[in-house]
Amino acid sequence: MYYIGIDIGSTASKVCVLPPEDGKPEEIMRCEVLPTGWSSKVTSASIKEKLEPYLNSDEGSKTVATGYGRISVDYADKVITEISCHARGGYELAGQNCSVIDIGGQDTKFISVRNGKAIDFLMNDKCAAGTGKFIEVMANRLGVDIADMFALAQEGHDNGSPVSISSLCTVFAESEVINYMGEGKDKEDLAAGIIQSVALKVATLVQRRELQDYVILTGGLSQSRFLASLLSNELNAEVHPMDNGRFAGALGAALLAKEKL
Amino acid sequence: MADYREMWKELGMDVETHDDLCAVLPQAIGDVFLSQKNRPEKMDYFDFVIAEVHGVRPAELKKFREEGGKVFGTFCTYVPDEIIFAAGGISTGLCAGSQFWVPGGEQVLPPNVCPLIKASVGARLTRTCPFFRLADIYIGETTCDGKKKAYEILGEDVPMYIMDLPQMKRPEDVDKWAGEIKKLLVKAEEVTGNKVTVAALKENIHMINEKRKALMRLYKLRQNPVVPISGTDVLLISQIAYYDDPTRFTQKVNELCDELDERVANGVSVVPEGNKRILVSGTPMAVPNWKMHNIIETSGATVVCEETCTGTRYFENLVDESGETLDELIHALAERYMKINCACFTPNSGRIDDIRRLAKDYKADGIIDIHLKFCTTYDVEEYFVEREMKKDGTPFLEIETDYTDSDTQQLKTRVEAFIEMLS
Ligand code: SF4
Ligand code: SF4
Repeated sequence: MYYIGIDIGSTASKVCVLPPEDGKPEEIMRCEVLPTGWSSKVTSASIKEKLEPYLNSDEGSKTVATGYGRISVDYADKVITEISCHARGGYELAGQNCSVIDIGGQDTKFISVRNGKAIDFLMNDKCAAGTGKFIEVMANRLGVDIADMFALAQEGHDNGSPVSISSLCTVFAESEVINYMGEGKDKEDLAAGIIQSVALKVATLVQRRELQDYVILTGGLSQSRFLASLLSNELNAEVHPMDNGRFAGALGAALLAKEKL
Repeated sequence: MADYREMWKELGMDVETHDDLCAVLPQAIGDVFLSQKNRPEKMDYFDFVIAEVHGVRPAELKKFREEGGKVFGTFCTYVPDEIIFAAGGISTGLCAGSQFWVPGGEQVLPPNVCPLIKASVGARLTRTCPFFRLADIYIGETTCDGKKKAYEILGEDVPMYIMDLPQMKRPEDVDKWAGEIKKLLVKAEEVTGNKVTVAALKENIHMINEKRKALMRLYKLRQNPVVPISGTDVLLISQIAYYDDPTRFTQKVNELCDELDERVANGVSVVPEGNKRILVSGTPMAVPNWKMHNIIETSGATVVCEETCTGTRYFENLVDESGETLDELIHALAERYMKINCACFTPNSGRIDDIRRLAKDYKADGIIDIHLKFCTTYDVEEYFVEREMKKDGTPFLEIETDYTDSDTQQLKTRVEAFIEMLS
């Protein structure tokens, strides 16, 4: 039996297939990322095509869909929210009880996980500040891509001269950045200020809850050591970056397909 | 809705704009109510009342006025209907629960005011709700700042009378509220031209107590492990309680309860076994705000109780009927009303006790505390509610929302995740 997890996020979709034999997560994961595009229906159909070999195999398969576009995966055996899937996947990646900070394309989640299950969660989904969207908008403004944005920010940070962005709202923050650009501030310093402001916003959300002893970062920015270190500073607790953090939802979905179906 | 255009025109309504509202209502009722499975038959009365919401009851009120009667519009569970009915008037709730009216309110109110206030002001100023046209006078109250100031704006368009509600619950505050009820009585006498007699007040206290008892009976039925009626249906009934004829309403609720008694006896449930039981707490859900109940109940859980003003705060505690003078009866009213635990009061620890008790009595698996956006009092108070419920180990979810559909998907995700967490 193949166990398949599909996580249709707002900007990227992630797929994870667990082959029949048991093994270590790193070995068993066959993960893939695709851009979600304008329609999650189209994305889900193209994922289906890629998955044909598993879906049609004699082994049989069980599929769990999650994420913002989970409903459009009409071939899934079950849909489960991204909270439960990130909890399960995060637990697998952390290898222990943990707090998960998931910075997604359109929302930020904080999940307390015990034994692979969410016991509490918070979501910031009303406001783009403190989400991947904010970084995307600002990167566009600075005319760089996300990877460059982080590289620049690291530089600005190391120079010790980040420009602090005070607006809490993405739209106002954008005008603020435009003003600073007009004043001739350095790109590195602006980038550092922007990432700093995301860390602050995320920390403000997270601080409403008690942290578990182990804290991990998931979502598209989860491999960023820089962001993790800024968050660690704000929270006074070590936040662990995760190289496979963006697959937490898909991995969790695949594991839940195995355990719950 | 049947054709009431003539009546609406006579009431000075903007009939064309109002048509847009009439056009969407049947679909909403179909989606939210009629699509539910295995509903009690006796919901048919309430379905009819809501389907004809701007027709049947307004026509009754119109007739009442043509015969010289006076209609009083109210905005808060604290305003004692007993006084108004005892003076020969009719009281009707005016809180508005649709986004349809919000832009109208925003023309005169700042954006960061709660949607209930915006919609209520909008419904009046845009002349698109017959109830707002039919009330001869509005009775406001000094509860939250937003309402207080909005009443000043409404007061320029319609006669407005304000009751000065205390913000604390010391014995002198109860006395003060009794004084305010007395002033309302004088005002009601002046508006209707009728004297309030001891007999009339006693009779009407009894009438409203009967209505409370019917709702208590209905709610008690929801404490059963067998769920004989959906939360969405009960919410509709609670909303209708604010504007229907009290005696008829009581009778209809009791008829429904007879049917529900049978259901419980026969183990007939509206939901599959093992569905999670949710206690909803928070701000009022004015008609036609069914948003959260619909989301919760289409996500695999059941609302078994509402600690809201469209729920337990409306009917808990009866008024002592034994008084023999107006003063005694008025004091009994003040005592009963001051037991309502609204976040406008400080401190308001009684509300925490209520939620704790309700969670136990209704065997809730989790609590969803819902407040309208920009409602400062309930939003701040959520801090205590959450802390105390978590102390008890009761799973808790906070939701802040408004009347738009823009956040429906996110809300669904949260609610579904919460339910997954309970399983
Ligand atoms: S929530 Fe408070 S102010 Fe609002 S209707 Fe209820 S008692 Fe009145
Ligand atoms: S919901 Fe809150 S802000 Fe709105 S009217 Fe009621 S108490 Fe006031």
